[in-house]
Amino acid sequence: MIAPPKPDLVTVNIDGREIAVPKGTNVIEAARLVNVDVPHYCYHPKLTIVGNCRMCLIEMGMPAVDPATKAPIIDPVTGKPKINWIPRPQIGCGTNVSPGLHVKTTSPMVKDAREGVMEFLLINHPLDCPICDQAGECKLQEQSTGYGRGYSRFVEQKNVKPKRTQLGPRVTLDDERCILCSRCIRFSKEIAKDDVLGFVDRGSYSTLTCFPGKQLANNYSLNTVDICPVGALTSTDFRFKMRVWFLKQTNSIDTETSVGANTVVWSREGQIYRLTPRRNDDVNDTWMPDSGRELFKAVMAADRLVATTHLDALVAQAAELFKMNASAGAIAVVGSGRSSVEEQFLTKKLAAALKASTQLVSRVGQGDQLLISADRNPNVRGALVTGLISKLPKVGDATPLSRSTKGAVAAPIRTGGLTDLAASIDAGKVKVVVSIGEDLIAAGLTAAQLANVSVVYLGTHANATSAAAKIVFPTLSVFEKNGTFVNQQFRLQKFAKAVPGPQGATDDLIVLAKLTAAASSAPMASDLGSLWTLISAEVPAFAMTSYAQVPETGLLIDATPFAALPFVEGETLHFKPAAAAVALDS
Amino acid sequence: MNLKPATLHSIDEVITHYPVKRSATLPLLHLIQEDVGYLPPETCEWVAAKLELQPINVLEVITFYPMFRQKPIGRRHIKVCRTLSCALLGGYKTCEQFEKEFNTHRGEVSPGGEVTIDFVECLASCGTAPVVLIDDDLHEKVDCAKAKQLSDQIKAEAKKR
Repeated sequence: MIAPPKPDLVTVNIDGREIAVPKGTNVIEAARLVNVDVPHYCYHPKLTIVGNCRMCLIEMGMPAVDPATKAPIIDPVTGKPKINWIPRPQIGCGTNVSPGLHVKTTSPMVKDAREGVMEFLLINHPLDCPICDQAGECKLQEQSTGYGRGYSRFVEQKNVKPKRTQLGPRVTLDDERCILCSRCIRFSKEIAKDDVLGFVDRGSYSTLTCFPGKQLANNYSLNTVDICPVGALTSTDFRFKMRVWFLKQTNSIDTETSVGANTVVWSREGQIYRLTPRRNDDVNDTWMPDSGRELFKAVMAADRLVATTHLDALVAQAAELFKMNASAGAIAVVGSGRSSVEEQFLTKKLAAALKASTQLVSRVGQGDQLLISADRNPNVRGALVTGLISKLPKVGDATPLSRSTKGAVAAPIRTGGLTDLAASIDAGKVKVVVSIGEDLIAAGLTAAQLANVSVVYLGTHANATSAAAKIVFPTLSVFEKNGTFVNQQFRLQKFAKAVPGPQGATDDLIVLAKLTAAASSAPMASDLGSLWTLISAEVPAFAMTSYAQVPETGLLIDATPFAALPFVEGETLHFKPAAAAVALDS
Repeated sequence: MNLKPATLHSIDEVITHYPVKRSATLPLLHLIQEDVGYLPPETCEWVAAKLELQPINVLEVITFYPMFRQKPIGRRHIKVCRTLSCALLGGYKTCEQFEKEFNTHRGEVSPGGEVTIDFVECLASCGTAPVVLIDDDLHEKVDCAKAKQLSDQIKAEAKKR
């Protein structure tokens, strides 16, 4: 592999500390590298720079040079190069580093400038922090503590602007709190490509609005809420639900597509309140789709499966069923692209112990070239890498709407891939089907076919398959367990348990391990630590890896054995398909 | 948008003056306002389609500049200067005289739709204050008497129509 060219480094001096940073870095990012915080509102690392909040003012200077000889001038008092400081403050976000640049972020002038900017920003800002949803994660609140003057000199009337405007189905706007940073406008225009927001009027009457008759309704609208530095844009769903400082943050992965956007689950006392994106510059930058933020609602759904029978009794029933159909090919295992890598590994072990065929359910929808890919399974690559399947599941032609489409994604998802299994059932070869969380009827099997076999179902929610199943193991959703997924870039990413599962539901790993143990009459590990010892020993791509070693930003694994496979993928934010994508309209 | 053929012609012509189309936003809005008298609500979409922008981009421009009108005005537009020199020499009284003559208030359309009176910032003729701009004609040293005379003239012309 050719090493990427080393970026040109530029040495700058920030608050007296020398640091080499890549050319083109701005002062805010350079200061971040030496752990100096330059306060800012309008600047966002993933958006264009406009420099309209003026909060990131810094003092800067360049080494003085002799005009004739171009030699640096040395200060006779200190013996160091003399710095020509610019007498007025400059904005840090719009200033790119240049060799020898000197920056002061703590000088009296900078402090004065920040105080001045804060005072102006607070002139028309309502002091309603006690009832504001942003309190606790508000940049304005933080920076008035850090850089504000502490008391107000403003005796005039604050101006009045629209409150509680519904900008779209998921976003509520309070214009009085808006500090006109324009992050949301730039996001809508540059990232979501849905340019509907803008400032009308001017001066202190400037008001953020959506064009009359239009709505901020795209599938990325809630990112404007995340990047809003104040409480102007709020999520209609999360509004007034919970104070953010009570919430526990757990890292997770968006399971709706193979992009695997990194997320944070915000929960309190076993209840999830919201999902937000987590920055990963190689996967999702700082964004995530709105549809993925709805997924936690299924956790509390009324149709969650819970066991009434003890787990061991259920396992014994399953073992009995397996024993009666011990001939090779009599049992089929339907794995899932929604299972974690560890679950898929155990599914493979179970299938091997049962001498069963394995297949995966495919889910294909329309990609949006951003963070929704065509492959709507988060972990098809995990099934390939662990060896659960050796070829990609067939794209189905059935178009029932599955659970994951309940959000804002309008395009139907084509679920399928079980045609071979259907044929085997019709031929009377398969007597037992073990389904790992997959609704077989939604995936294309008929109710009649299902009636001809005994179904063992592991799943979280009630559906037609769980109703028809002989044995049902209630299991956990992605928010209730630990594990890993392999996304479309073959990046192994971790998700963690945010909330406990409902009573009567068991971790998929424990169920799978117990079933495998019952089928092979040899004990099988079910905890992640021991499982990963097995996985790294058996799966070449995961050799030398363990669960604990996977960094929070994911670990790229060797994808070369699968490079030739025709993945149903189009381009997304940080992914370009290697092979030509399979035409979706065929 | 119901624009005159001549306006449409100038619009197509003025777009070619700029390296990027969006730069023609202001000239286009001026042309439409000259033609229609104000900027009707469908302007944003029409200009946006013409210049390959989004309607919100045009709305931002329209609302930023106070001289773009989003409501119709009277047949004649009387602009009375309110800035320092004119104010010192009786600009306020001149404005009030016009308001009385046409039985209206500044910023509003007079009954019958004949005139709109605006009390505007400097018209750049401080030496001959107070000054008044009626449509495109500048009238200098407009005291109350001259304001009455100008009003009578407008009323007479209106009667002739």
